[in-house]
Amino acid sequence: MRRAVLTTASTSALVVLLLTLKPHHSPGPTAGSPQTGAAASPTTTGSTHRDAGHGNGTYTGDPVTTKYGTVQVAISVKAGQLSAVKVLKSPSGNGHDREIAAYALPRLTQEALNVHSARIDAVSGASYTSAGYIRSLQSALDEAGV
Amino acid sequence: MGTVFSFDIRDTPTAAIASALRTAVAWLHHVDEVFSPYRPGSAVSRLARGEISRADCSPEVREVLDLCARVRRATDGWFSHTPDGTLDPSGLVKGWAVERAWRILDTAGAGNACVNGGGDLQLGGESAPGVPWRIGIAHPLRPGTLCTVVTGRDLAIATSGTAERGAHILDPHTGAPADGPASVTVVGRRLTLTDAYATAAFAMGGRAAEWLEHLDGYEGFAVLRDGRSWRTTGFPDAERRPSPGGRTAGPLAR
Repeated sequence: MRRAVLTTASTSALVVLLLTLKPHHSPGPTAGSPQTGAAASPTTTGSTHRDAGHGNGTYTGDPVTTKYGTVQVAISVKAGQLSAVKVLKSPSGNGHDREIAAYALPRLTQEALNVHSARIDAVSGASYTSAGYIRSLQSALDEAGV
Repeated sequence: MGTVFSFDIRDTPTAAIASALRTAVAWLHHVDEVFSPYRPGSAVSRLARGEISRADCSPEVREVLDLCARVRRATDGWFSHTPDGTLDPSGLVKGWAVERAWRILDTAGAGNACVNGGGDLQLGGESAPGVPWRIGIAHPLRPGTLCTVVTGRDLAIATSGTAERGAHILDPHTGAPADGPASVTVVGRRLTLTDAYATAAFAMGGRAAEWLEHLDGYEGFAVLRDGRSWRTTGFPDAERRPSPGGRTAGPLAR
């Protein structure tokens, strides 16, 4: 959805998939936190053809249930581009969850906006780890048509 | 945790492109079913358990196994599809699957498209007529910010690092924490090898700069754990400038 934030071409097709192929592994012994084996089912979260530059206003993403709780975001769109991301729901089961949510969600929000402001088409590198955030954000972007 | 794949097509949609997009999405689901080590019934899982042999596998599985063996040789073992003795070609499969998904679109007339598999990208053509793609590289030490921006046409970009997972890479020869980079980005033409080389370069640690400098057709950039960075002489970002010593090293601009 990063590119969805940025698309300025007259038309684009956007599809986001969540698959279980894990990211890079490195050969050699590794210590530290292993990959969690919980595999999400493949889900196509968006499939659109549309003109950019539509859809000023505020759009609410779908609430997405994760094993840590429900995540839901809303976005504001101006001139066809993402101008703000607001977190409506985040996991709040216990103190630890709250701490993680307080750290992770603003950070993800800032990343989405930074990408927008840098006038770039996509980002290579550390990917969003919050699948729930991604899916809620994508559904809001789909609704907005940016 | 899954990996997010996305498509960004800049060409005017046609029926052929729409059809190719559906084919490409189906292709990625198919790859997930065949190659996921998290699916007990996948061909890779069954191979790893010894229930089937290589000869029982489809041509695409054999192709991936051959590619893995080739990359392991090309990287002196720094890339491995049997990292802890168990078959796990995931490190190559993602880039390979993304490259093929992109090729499906390209063949159908979407010559200006970006396919992104969890931050590793295959890009064709340009972002708009006369405008090259601009790809930000996520800063491994300062989440949410970029460390540089790569500009180009028809290129593949892969970044390997531990920033999100917090893993610690050990030097396989000494068992001590590697003095390696926080992340390594490799730029090439096609993602299959570009992605595998980024994985290998990250594992190599300190010697990656020299290795990438001499690897034909590929350029590299790394952010070190102390915040300094290096780039190969041809790395296509805005920071590129001639330097007598070849690589430039120093604090990042941002």
